[in-house]
Amino acid sequence: MSGGENVQIEGKQVIALGERDGVPGEAITKLALAAGAADVHAFTQCFV
Amino acid sequence: MRVPLTGTPAVIKAASLFLFHTPDLVRYGSKPRREVEKDPELLGRITQRLRTFEETIAYAPNQVFVGGMAPESLWDHPEPWFRSPVDRAEEWGKDGRIVPQAEFYLLLKASDDFKLVDLDEDFMRSAWEVRDQRGPLVEDDRERIGEGSSPGDIAEAIDDGALPLYMGSDIIGCIKPAHSEDPALDAATMLENLAAKATATAALRHALSLLPEGTAGAIDYLMGCGEEAAGDRYQRGGGGLAKAVGQMAGCLEATGSDIKAFCCAPNHSIVLGSGMIASGLFRNVAVIAGGALSKLGMKHAGHLKNEMPILEDVLGSVALVLGQDDGRAPLVDLTCVGKHPIRAGASQKEILGAVVCEPLDRVGMKIVDVDRFATELHNPELTIPQGGGDVPLNNYRMLAGMAALRHEIDPSGVGDFVREHGLPGFSPTQGHIASAVPFLGHAVRGLTEGNLHTAFFYAKGSFFLGRMTSLSDGFSFLLRRNRGPALKKGG
Repeated sequence: MSGGENVQIEGKQVIALGERDGVPGEAITKLALAAGAADVHAFTQCFV
Repeated sequence: MRVPLTGTPAVIKAASLFLFHTPDLVRYGSKPRREVEKDPELLGRITQRLRTFEETIAYAPNQVFVGGMAPESLWDHPEPWFRSPVDRAEEWGKDGRIVPQAEFYLLLKASDDFKLVDLDEDFMRSAWEVRDQRGPLVEDDRERIGEGSSPGDIAEAIDDGALPLYMGSDIIGCIKPAHSEDPALDAATMLENLAAKATATAALRHALSLLPEGTAGAIDYLMGCGEEAAGDRYQRGGGGLAKAVGQMAGCLEATGSDIKAFCCAPNHSIVLGSGMIASGLFRNVAVIAGGALSKLGMKHAGHLKNEMPILEDVLGSVALVLGQDDGRAPLVDLTCVGKHPIRAGASQKEILGAVVCEPLDRVGMKIVDVDRFATELHNPELTIPQGGGDVPLNNYRMLAGMAALRHEIDPSGVGDFVREHGLPGFSPTQGHIASAVPFLGHAVRGLTEGNLHTAFFYAKGSFFLGRMTSLSDGFSFLLRRNRGPALKKGG
């Protein structure tokens, strides 16, 4: 996916990888569900 | 209880920060160890790129860590920092020392009460002779270290399951498992835990040396906030490290406990210790944390890929002594403590709101009223090659964004905010060690003899990594310049 490309996630299963010092998985989950995702499996990683 | 429950505001009487150059322990870091098992030739590629002690001393971020240079000076230091050595760099900074590996091994053996560490007799004798008399080793360590071993005895122990200890390609000792069937007491875990004990001991001894004689005996309570998990098969992570370190530093009247909160454990501990003093429960509390051996070489792949030295070759440690208000040392303002409650969300806005904005609002301060913020201070030169980005810069930009949202700055002023209120990253990726506390030495000096009036420390803890919860954590406190007895009453 390139920058600016729209991805339709309505009704889709989403796997999200978040980052502690960036956007955490929990926040991506909220966004994905608000965009109509059927289910979200999110992780948050700490890279330090 | 020896003292009545009438406390005073808590102050930071002394802070100390140490680095130990341990290139030959990089192989025992979690990531290198796992990767070398898959690809044994990787070890050779790693060892070819290890730094010398001289290179490690002359590395500008290391100088900042021990108080040899001001953090802000890094903004003007030529990059890459690993190719721009500091002229006439010294082992000792204002806050501590960069210690060579040979002295680390001696301190490791001195920290070992159970005869698990064996060192070659000749190595031990010559290393003891050339040790720095100013510390961290002290004369009493000679007895603690005891006798050396023969190369034959060391080879035999390694055949029986001990982990070899190296100086370059030479085996100069080994560490044995403390139990034949207990993974919590195996040789690798004992090395990790004893390394934490040894490095924390160095920092505490130095912090106490900055204070009047007899302070060690006046410490009532020790709080450990390192990343080790000392314990046994029936209670992994049971604790005891703080008390063990206190014993090594002569704090004979103290007991202690180990506080676990991932990387923000030091902030939790500083606030809890300050609360003990403010309540009158104790008069003097020491907070200590040793180095995280498991994080050595964590990002070696990025460093090798970019033909860089293996920069994660140092163990860090920190110690501070909290005490009663003396009218001079920086005050820990317990009215301005921030926590990340369970109900709060995990977005950066929600974390910053709870940990930074809420406590500042409580004392009527804006974000821009704080002179310096200390947060995740990981050296970006270690993290960028592996794709981790500039963690401090990203965090300060988010804080600046919060200030813009609160109409305290114009959105175009984010860059200026970072320079005026933030810091460059200069800490090794030692987890808890990198989380705000590396600024303690600079902050204590700045708040006593420098031009700082306030310094705000906030750190994050990745609680989700333990798989007990998906929550993260954050904890913060404000340090204020002490204006003498007049402020005491107001606390």
